[in-house]
Formats: sequence, structure tokens, C-alpha cells
Amino acid sequence: MFWMRRYIIRRVLEMIPTTLGILLVTFVLFHVVGGSPAQVVLGKNATPASLAAFDAKFGYDKPLFCGLWSGVRALDDGRRDASLQTNGALRLAYALPAGTYRLEFAVHPQSSGSGLGAGLQTTLQLIDGETREIRRVSLATHGGTQRVVFTVPDGWHATDVRLTGTAPDKLRLRRRMAGFLDSQLVHFLGGLAHGDLGMSADYGQSVWQVLRRGVGPSLAVTVPILVGGTLLALMLGLLCAMWRAGTLDRVILLVSTLLMSVNYVVWVLLGQYLLAFRLRLFPIWGFADWTYVLLPVLIGIAGGLGRDIRFFRAVMLDEIYKPYVRTAWAKGLSRSQVMIRHVLRNSLSPVVTYVSLSIPFLFTGSLLLESFYGIPGLGCVSLNALHSSDMAVVRAVVIIGALLYQVVNLLTDLCYAWLDPRVRLT
Amino acid sequence: MQRLWRNPGTRLSLVVVAFYTLAAAWGEGVRVAALRGDRTPFYNVVHEEQRDLPPAPVRWLTHTPSAPATAISPWAYPLGSDNLGRDVLSRLLQGTRIAFHVGIMTSLIALPLGVLLGCLGGYFGGRVDSLVVWLCATVASMPGLLFILAVAMVVGQGLAGVYLGIGLTTWVGVCRNVRGEVMRHRERAYVQAAHVLGYSHGRVLFRHILPNVMHIVLIAFSIRFPAAVATEVFVSFLGIGVQGEPSWGVMINDARVRLWQGVWWEMTFVSAAIFALVLSFNHLTDVLRDLLDPALRTEQV
Repeated sequence: MFWMRRYIIRRVLEMIPTTLGILLVTFVLFHVVGGSPAQVVLGKNATPASLAAFDAKFGYDKPLFCGLWSGVRALDDGRRDASLQTNGALRLAYALPAGTYRLEFAVHPQSSGSGLGAGLQTTLQLIDGETREIRRVSLATHGGTQRVVFTVPDGWHATDVRLTGTAPDKLRLRRRMAGFLDSQLVHFLGGLAHGDLGMSADYGQSVWQVLRRGVGPSLAVTVPILVGGTLLALMLGLLCAMWRAGTLDRVILLVSTLLMSVNYVVWVLLGQYLLAFRLRLFPIWGFADWTYVLLPVLIGIAGGLGRDIRFFRAVMLDEIYKPYVRTAWAKGLSRSQVMIRHVLRNSLSPVVTYVSLSIPFLFTGSLLLESFYGIPGLGCVSLNALHSSDMAVVRAVVIIGALLYQVVNLLTDLCYAWLDPRVRLT
Repeated sequence: MQRLWRNPGTRLSLVVVAFYTLAAAWGEGVRVAALRGDRTPFYNVVHEEQRDLPPAPVRWLTHTPSAPATAISPWAYPLGSDNLGRDVLSRLLQGTRIAFHVGIMTSLIALPLGVLLGCLGGYFGGRVDSLVVWLCATVASMPGLLFILAVAMVVGQGLAGVYLGIGLTTWVGVCRNVRGEVMRHRERAYVQAAHVLGYSHGRVLFRHILPNVMHIVLIAFSIRFPAAVATEVFVSFLGIGVQGEPSWGVMINDARVRLWQGVWWEMTFVSAAIFALVLSFNHLTDVLRDLLDPALRTEQV
């Protein structure tokens, strides 16, 4: 038992880097590669104000990894070098809310008569209309870039910011964050630690609620597929191995290669057209009672059967040349006894691995089956989310799928260690 | 090679694959020629008055003399036309081009990545190996198809996103196999002899060990190719991949609705085209594996 405990601890510790890797990959994919989610969701013609509101709502206005200053969309009106009006006023796309801001600009080489003396004048406005002005003078120069910091107090808005005494270039406006680590990555990890997967932009609900609704229907389709498909394929694979190189084996092998070569999309469409529409054996679309699950299950089994049979057959063929099988034959056991009592039992461990690796997909559901047969499961939800760029939902399904994979892997390994003492020592 | 050719099934598969390769090359040529000449390629030319024509043999069989004589030659539209009067056969051949693009491009991303990482991990061991194993474990845990779709979606750019999505998620199998094989070779006498001769690590690894594990790469390619084609069909079918060009997934998506209205030919021929290519590749994979590496099992790559 001591070995067992040590093995468990080691395996759990090994999970940590992979889990971190998964989180990092998802973060990089959805936050860094994807560009601005606001732009994706709201479209090209969205105003900077609405983009900024979206960013603030979902936390996309923070720096990606870490940093004290984060860019603000107020100067972003889609045109370059056009954010400065003739009288030096910045073209603000919306009034700046409370916070500390930093304006960065390079001074034009031609007009750098008094480069150091550029001044900033900000008009602040209370919500009830009262106005106040603050002035700041830029002094800090960082490699040709001048920086002016100004603060908008709580309850005030900055409606008008103008630069005086200079013709600046490359204007950038940044907002000061609460801390160096007040970043998207930290919030993402922190949210996950609290079990918070964010808000779905599509449904306007928390992602958890959306996902919880989808798990049931997904399981209703995927569990029968996994159980039925595995049992059927195991039986056929066993038959193949029993009469290896015989007619039955050849026929099953040929048929499974043929089945494997049919595209999944074709399976789904033909099943719906032939079995449901032409022959009227099944309902075509929907999820009203248990009869609606039959067709997707049937198609799911058919789609995976060829691959499964071939795999199980190969596993058992690996086994039947081993010495213990020869011993079993020599003892005079019958064919079925040799096959079921000895070969099947010993080939179970690759089979279990193979089957257990598809357990995470039980939860994430089947994208095609669900969307084509109208099963409101997670596959359907994630496909819709992909189409409408509801990245919070896609991200959540990817993360949950990957973490489940980790957990299932761990459990499988622990089962092995429990069943087979040799594993613990490696 | 001689042994491959003797088996009729294998011979047929090779002929089919060669035919598809020619079709893909032809499709590429046609497209380039059309772009050069600034014309709409003929597989995209719309004939409003000739839409939804059945295949030529069916037209010939169901032809009645009393019907008004049509100007359509019996040789036009051998496999029928689609809802915009475009020729199904030429679109089908053109779809081969996309399928080969995806199969080859994703292999060009995944195979070098997998081979390089597998070689490094297996040869150097230690920290490098831990890093490789970590990368493999991380990518392997991602929920396959959804992750590919997410990458394709996030990267955007049509096909480039699909290439990256499939390529960056499917190198793990090759990597693991190459790593295992390199580990076995590392202890062999010829590698130790090379070390004694004072060859550099790079030379030992890439000139001595790598050629001995290349059969894995060949098998991996023949497994990946049909898988990538199938994934492309799926992704394009969902409207994320190709735009404006006929790909098999796009064609299936077009044909799917009209199948219910009795337009069976587009769906049938596209399905058959995919089926024939994938089946040939699957068969060749089996043969190659039996020939090169009997110990390697189907799903390990």
C-alpha cells in the first residue's frame, strides 16, 4: 500500500505541468492569437466606445501577461495619425472614465523647437455637468518618447484632452492598472481557480449554466455509442482473432476497412436522409423522447466501428502468439475457452486504454451528430459558439475536455497500478 | 516495390492515388491558367438555364422524343450539374486540388515538427526529453476536432487556419513513435561507433539514426493524409475552411439540402470520390505497415 500511495502522489504531481501547459495553450490561443475578441464579436463597424465597453465587461482591457499600463481604445478611430485635431485637441472616441492615464508621444523632428515643454490640458466633467480643468507638463523622455500622466478622479470623466506647444507623433494613450499582475492571464487563471469560466457573450449567462444544460443530452447520445460500439467491435474483433485468416476474418476486415473509409459527414447525412427521411424508421430532428436518440447512436456506432474492430483485432492478434496461449491450447482447452478466458482477458489492458481515452469526448459530445440530429448537447453548443465567435464557451469546452482527459488518464494509470504491481516500480 | 505491384488490391490503390494526384495537378493548372487570364474558372461558371441536370447517362435513359429538344450535348455534364448549372465533374476534380493541398500542407507542418521533436527527445533524453514529453502530453489532451476548429477559427484566413489547426494538433503521434524508435537506436553499436569516431551529435542524429527511422515517417504520412482530407471535408462542410473554391466539404454542404429534393448525383459522386481516395490510402497504409514495420499497430501513429 505504501508503494501505491507513492505512485499516486507521483502521478498527481506529474499532472501539474501538463495542466499548466493546457491552460497556457488555451490562453495563448484565445487571447493572444485571436486578436481582439470585442472586434470579433461586435464586428468591423463597431464604435470604439462599444468595443471599450465590451472589453471592460469581459476584462479584455487588461494587459495580456503582465504590466502596469494597458492600451485604451479612446484614440482608436480606425485612421492612423488622425487622432489630433488642428488645435491640439485629441480626438477622443468616448469620454475617459475615472483612472490614471498616460499619454505617450514622439515629438516630430521638424517642429522640435521646444520639445521638452509640451503641455497637456485636460477638461474633466462631472456627470451632472460641472467642469474642471487640469494641466500637466510633460518632462519625462524615454528614448525620444514623451510621457504625460494625468488622473481622472472618481465620478469624473475626461471629455477633452488637448496637447499644447508641440506637434506630436505616434500618440498612444494607456491606462494604469491596479497592479503589475492585474493581467488577463492572472484573471483567467484566478477565475478558473474559483471555477469561474466567464460569461457567454451569446447567451448572456455564465458559461457554467450553458454547459450544464448541455451535458445531459450529450451523455444520452455518447454513452450508448461508446458502450454499444465497444461491445460490438470487441465481439467482432474476437471473432476475427478466433478464425484468423479465415473467410470470416477476411470479410470482417474488408468490411471494417470499407466502413472506416466512409467520411463521417457522409454517415450523418446519409443516415438522416435514408433511414429517417426515406424509410421513416426514426424521427428526423429533435430531442423530444428516447426515440430521437436512436438514429444518432446508430450512426455514431457505424462511424466508429471500422476503426475499433481493426484496433481490437490487432490487439488480440498480438496476444495469440504468446507462449501462455500455446500452453492453453496444449492443455486441450476449447477454442472459445482459450479466446475468452485467456486471450480476451489479457488483451483487455490496451482495450481499456483505448476506450478510456474516449471518455472525455462523452462530455464534449459529438459536434456533427448533435447539430444534425438536433440534440441540444455540448457539441451543438460549442459548434454554435464557434460560429458566433462566443469564445468563452469554446474555451471552456476545450479546457474541460483537456482536463477530463488528464483525469481519465490518471484514473486509468491508477487502475493499472492497482491491478498490475509491475507498473508501480517503473 | 515489386511485391507491392503483385497484389491486385494494392495495384488498384496505387492507380487510384496516382489518378487523384493527376486530378489535383490538373486542378491546380486550370486554376492558375484561369487566374493568369483573369477569367472565372469554368468550374465556377454559372449556367442559370442548365441547373440541376442529372448525369448524362440518366438524361439519355429518361429522354423522351416528345420532349422539346434541348441544346445540351450528351457529352456535357457527364455527372450532372448543380443548382447554379456548374458541372459536377469538373468541380469534383477541382476539389481534389484542395484535398491534396490540405493533405500535403498539414503533413509539411506536422511531420517535420514531430520528427524533429521526437529525434531531440529520444536522442538527448533528460531535460530535453521531459520538455518533449510535456509538449506531447499537453497537445494530446486537447479535444481533437474542437481544438482544430478553434485554431482554424481563431487564426482565420480560410485555408491557412485549417492547415495550422490540423498541422499543429496532429504531430504528437509521429513524435512519440520517432522518439521511441530513436531511443532504441541510441544504444545500438553503430551509434556508439559513430560516437567513438568523434562525430557531432547533429551528424550522428540526422545522418545515422534518422535514416533508420524514416519508415515511421512514411507510414505516418500515409495515415495522416486521408485523415487530413477527412478533416478538411468536415471543416469546410461547417463553413470554416475554403471559400469561393470547390472543395469536397463545400460541395457536400451544397448538395445536402438538395438531396432531399431528389438531386442525388452531387452528393453521391462527392461521397464516392472521398471514399475511393481514403480507402486507397487506408489500404496502402496497411500494406506499407506490413512491409516496413510489422510491430507497429494501427492507432499508434
